[in-house]
Amino acid sequence: MNTKVIIAGVGGQGILLASDILCEAAMKAGFDTKKSEVHGMSQRGGDVVSHVIFGEKVYSPLISYDEADIILSFEQVEALRNIDYLKKDGVIIVNTMKILPLPVASGIADYPNDSIGEIKKFAKNTIVIDAESIANELGNRRVMNIVLLGIMARNVESIKKEIWLNALRNNVPQKTIDVNLKAFERGYSFS
Amino acid sequence: MKEILSGNEAVARGGYEGGLHFACAYPGTPSTEILENMAKYKEIHSQWSVNEKTALETALGASFGGMRVLVAMKHVGLNVASDPLFSAGYIGAKGGFVIVTADDPGMHSSQNEQDNRNYARAAKIPMLEPSDSQESKELTKIALEISEEFDTPVLLRLTTRISHSKSIVEIGERKIVEVKGYEKNIKKNLILPNHARLLHKKVEERLIKIKELSNDFKYNFIEYKNKDIGIITSGISYQYVKEAMPDASVLKISLTWPLPERLIKEFANNVKKLYVVEENDPFIETEVKAMGINIIGKEIIPIVGELNTRIIKESFNQVEKYNLKETKEKSPARPPALCPGCPHTSVFYAINKLKLIATGDIGCYTLGALPPLNAMDTCVDMGASITNALGLEYSLRGRDKRKIVAVIGDSTFFHSGITGLIDLVYNKGTSTVIILDNSITAMTGHQDNPGTGKTLMGEDAHRFDIEKLVRGLGIEDVFVVDTYNLNEVISLIKSETEREKASVIIAKRPCVLLPEMQKKKFEKYEIDEDKCTGCQMCVKLGCPAISFDKAKKKAYINETICVGCSLCYQICKLGAINKVKGE
Repeated sequence: MNTKVIIAGVGGQGILLASDILCEAAMKAGFDTKKSEVHGMSQRGGDVVSHVIFGEKVYSPLISYDEADIILSFEQVEALRNIDYLKKDGVIIVNTMKILPLPVASGIADYPNDSIGEIKKFAKNTIVIDAESIANELGNRRVMNIVLLGIMARNVESIKKEIWLNALRNNVPQKTIDVNLKAFERGYSFS
Repeated sequence: MKEILSGNEAVARGGYEGGLHFACAYPGTPSTEILENMAKYKEIHSQWSVNEKTALETALGASFGGMRVLVAMKHVGLNVASDPLFSAGYIGAKGGFVIVTADDPGMHSSQNEQDNRNYARAAKIPMLEPSDSQESKELTKIALEISEEFDTPVLLRLTTRISHSKSIVEIGERKIVEVKGYEKNIKKNLILPNHARLLHKKVEERLIKIKELSNDFKYNFIEYKNKDIGIITSGISYQYVKEAMPDASVLKISLTWPLPERLIKEFANNVKKLYVVEENDPFIETEVKAMGINIIGKEIIPIVGELNTRIIKESFNQVEKYNLKETKEKSPARPPALCPGCPHTSVFYAINKLKLIATGDIGCYTLGALPPLNAMDTCVDMGASITNALGLEYSLRGRDKRKIVAVIGDSTFFHSGITGLIDLVYNKGTSTVIILDNSITAMTGHQDNPGTGKTLMGEDAHRFDIEKLVRGLGIEDVFVVDTYNLNEVISLIKSETEREKASVIIAKRPCVLLPEMQKKKFEKYEIDEDKCTGCQMCVKLGCPAISFDKAKKKAYINETICVGCSLCYQICKLGAINKVKGE
C-alpha cells in the first residue's frame, strides 16, 4: 500500500521545503515517490497544498478525497479546508497557528471559533501542536516547518529516522543545520 | 543516477541530453521553470523572449541555421504564437524543433481551459504527450529526433500536473550534435503561395508517414488485463486510470497526433466495451468516433476541470459519489492578495476612490480586481487593457460620462501593449494608460524582461526606458510617479482622466519581493488604539498586514509583515497610525 501525505498551509510558511525533504527521505528509503503542488496566483498570501505519495509503485501524483493517510497542516483553517482528503483512520496534525485570510482581516468573513473542535468531530486521530512556540524557544521562528516535519516523520513508520536526518541535512543551509536538527527532534519526540 | 524532477525540470534535462543548442520562452505558469532550468546548462543558449510569437519565430530562425531548438510557453501563449506556428508547420525544421505547450486544466492560474491538442490537428504538426517526468525527458529527446527525421516542428504538450509534479527520473548523458549550418532554400523557407502549395502537399504526406510511426511507436502501448473494459488514455489521465481501474485493459497514447489508427482498431477489436479517459476536450474521442468505432467518453467523464483518480472511480461507478463535509463552508476563503507594501496598491486605491472604469490586464496586479479594492472592470488577454479602453471609449462617447483608465504591467506592456498604444494614438483615443512598472516580471516569479537590463543568462543588456519608448510612440503627456506617494497618485490619475487627451502615467516602484528590496530596512507602522475610531479607511487598502477586530472596532497592523510603505499612515485622517517607536 502506498502512503499518501498532504501538507497544507499558507504561502511563506515553508511547506515546499518540508515536502521536498519528505520526498527525498521516501526516495532514499527505496520507495517510488511522486509529489504534486500548484504554484498559486500570487507570490504570497494564498493557500498552498503539497501532495506526496510514496510506495512500491505510484501512479497518480494527486491525492483524492478520502485517501490521505496523513494531513499535516501548518495553520488551523487550512486543516479544516483540507479535511475531505483524510481517509477514515488517517492522522491529522494541526499546528495551532492562525493566519487570518484577507476577507477575515478586513471584516468580510469570520474565522471559525473552534476549528480544532470541528476537526476532531471528523478525525479520530488528531494531533495538536504549537510548533511556533517550539521554534521560538529554539531561537529561530523559521524552523517551525521542521518541527512539524518531525512530528509527521514520527507517524511514518516505513522511513527510518537516520534517513530523515540525512534528507534534512541535504536540504537546509549549512549554517542552520544544527537548529534544524534540534527542531526536527522536538517534533519527533512530541507527545 | 536517479533524481526526483518536476516535469518542467525533466524537459530541460531532456533538451540537454538531446543535444539542444538554443531555447527561448516567455514566462507563463505552468511552463516558466522549463527555461529557468535550461539556463543552468551552459551548453545551451537560453533567453527570455518579449512574447511567445517572437519566441517561436526566434527558435525557427535558429533552426534555419541548423541548431536544435526548443521554445516553451503556456497554453494561451500558443495563441499569441499561432501565426508563426502554422507557417512553421509548412516550413518544417532543419535543426530539430520542439514547441512546448503547458496547458492548465482546472485553470490554476489561467484565464481559460483550452486544450492545445486541437492546435496539433489544426496546424498539422505531430504532438507528444508525456505522463510523468521520466517520459517528459525521454519524449523531449524523441521529439528532436522526429523533428529532424520528418522535417517538422513537434509539439510537446504538458499539463499543470505534469509540469509541477515531481517523479523519479533516470539521468543520462548529453548527446553531442553538430550544428548543421545555414543554406538558402526559398522553396521551403519563404512561403509564397506558389511555394506553399507544394509544401501543403508535403505536409499531408508527412502526416501519413508519422501516422505509421505512431502505430509502432514504443510509447504508444497496450496493457491487456481484463478485456471486458478497455480504456484509451493519454498524458496525466493515464496515471489516474491505472490507479482507479487497475484491472482494466489500457491503450496508452503518447504520440497523440496523428493518432495510431491501426493500434486503436486492434485494441477496440480485443475489448468488450471501449472507453476514453481524457481531460477537457473529447479530442481522442472525436477521432475514434470518426474511425467508425463505438466509444464512451464525455458521456461519463467531465469535460470541465481537471480529473483525478476519484472522479474516474465515480465515473465508472466503482465508488459512490463523494459528499463534501460541511467543514468546507466553515473555512473562510484565502484568496491571493497584493503583498503588504505592493507598489500597485495605491493605484488601485485611487481608481476605486475616483470611481473610474478600469480595463485591466494580466499579472499580479489583476488582483486589484478583488475586494476591497474592486478596481478593475475587465481582463481579457495580454495587452488587451489598452485596446479595450480604446474601443470602450468610442462606444461611451456622448453616452456615458464615466472616465476610463487602462492598467497594464511593465512586462505585459513589452509583451503586447506597445502595438495597442500605437493604435490608441493613431485612432485619436483620449484614455489614460497607467503602466505599473515594478521593474520585473513578477507574477511568474521574477523573470528579467527588456526593462530590467539583464538577460536570462545573467548578462547585461540594453535597459529599455519606458518613458522614452511611449514618447516615441506619439504620447506627448507622460508622467512618472512614485506609487508610495498616495496624494500624487490620486491627483495625477484624476487630472489625466478628466483631460480629453491620451496620456501615460508610469506608476513606478520595484516589486517589494525583489531581493534588493527585501534587504532594505523600513520603518514599520502601528495603530494607536486610543485614536483609532474603527472607521476602516485603512482597511480599504486591502493590505494583508492590516486587520480589523469587529468586536473591539479597532484596526491592527501585523508588524511582522508590515514593510512600512506608509500608505495607511497617509490615509488615516485621525493620526492614529504612526511609525513604530524605538526603531
